[in-house]
Amino acid sequence: MELIKIQTLLNAQVWAGEENLESEVYSACGCDLMSDVLAFAKEKIVLLTGLINLQVIRTAEMLDIKAIVFVRGKQPTQDMIDLANERGIVLLSTLMPLYPACGILYEAGLQG
Amino acid sequence: MYLQFMVDGDDFLRAGEASAAVKRTLKQLGLESSLIRRIAIAMYEAEMNMVLHANGGKIEVNLSDTYLSILLKDTGPGIVDVNLAMQEGYSTATQKIRELGFGAGMGLPNMKRYSDELKITTIVGVGTEILLGYQL
Repeated sequence: MELIKIQTLLNAQVWAGEENLESEVYSACGCDLMSDVLAFAKEKIVLLTGLINLQVIRTAEMLDIKAIVFVRGKQPTQDMIDLANERGIVLLSTLMPLYPACGILYEAGLQG
Repeated sequence: MYLQFMVDGDDFLRAGEASAAVKRTLKQLGLESSLIRRIAIAMYEAEMNMVLHANGGKIEVNLSDTYLSILLKDTGPGIVDVNLAMQEGYSTATQKIRELGFGAGMGLPNMKRYSDELKITTIVGVGTEILLGYQL
């Protein structure tokens, strides 16, 4: 699924990596524990999380995660936006809570 | 190739910079991307442990034609029971660490999962040495 479709489905705001919105992801992971993300995440995924700190971007960098969606209206900080832009990681935010946001993407064909 | 990093224990924001630098270097050297991903995940877990539990430390990376080793040395509290710490879900992390998204008890299991060799040498009250090894 193209990231731009995810942006539309979740009515999400773009914070970083706008030039990569046409990239494709094959799976998604909804999680606030970065250690669990590190343990189980596949490649070329979008991460949905309610956690806001720089280590979310670092975790994405280590795992080659293409995009992060911050849920419940949370907004990334400037240092997160700067690092994501440096690494070409797309940052989105949606007002939806984690569960419905994951459900919408799953229903649209993006599996876990 | 030899790389050395001093990791600051007080700076959660900068934690992971050494792992990110090693990842970029290995990419430039043209190592296979799935291998780089395994190395990056294990080293990042070890580096985060160093910052969150042991007040920082020193990391040495040695790369030859056939082997990559990453040695992480700290002078933290040590690991009381290594077998217990190797169990998925076991954690001594504080609430503060958990609020940062870590402390799920997956650090050491992840290091084992994403390395060819994991050697832990630890003395309570003295410190811990973690060796991550990879056949190239």
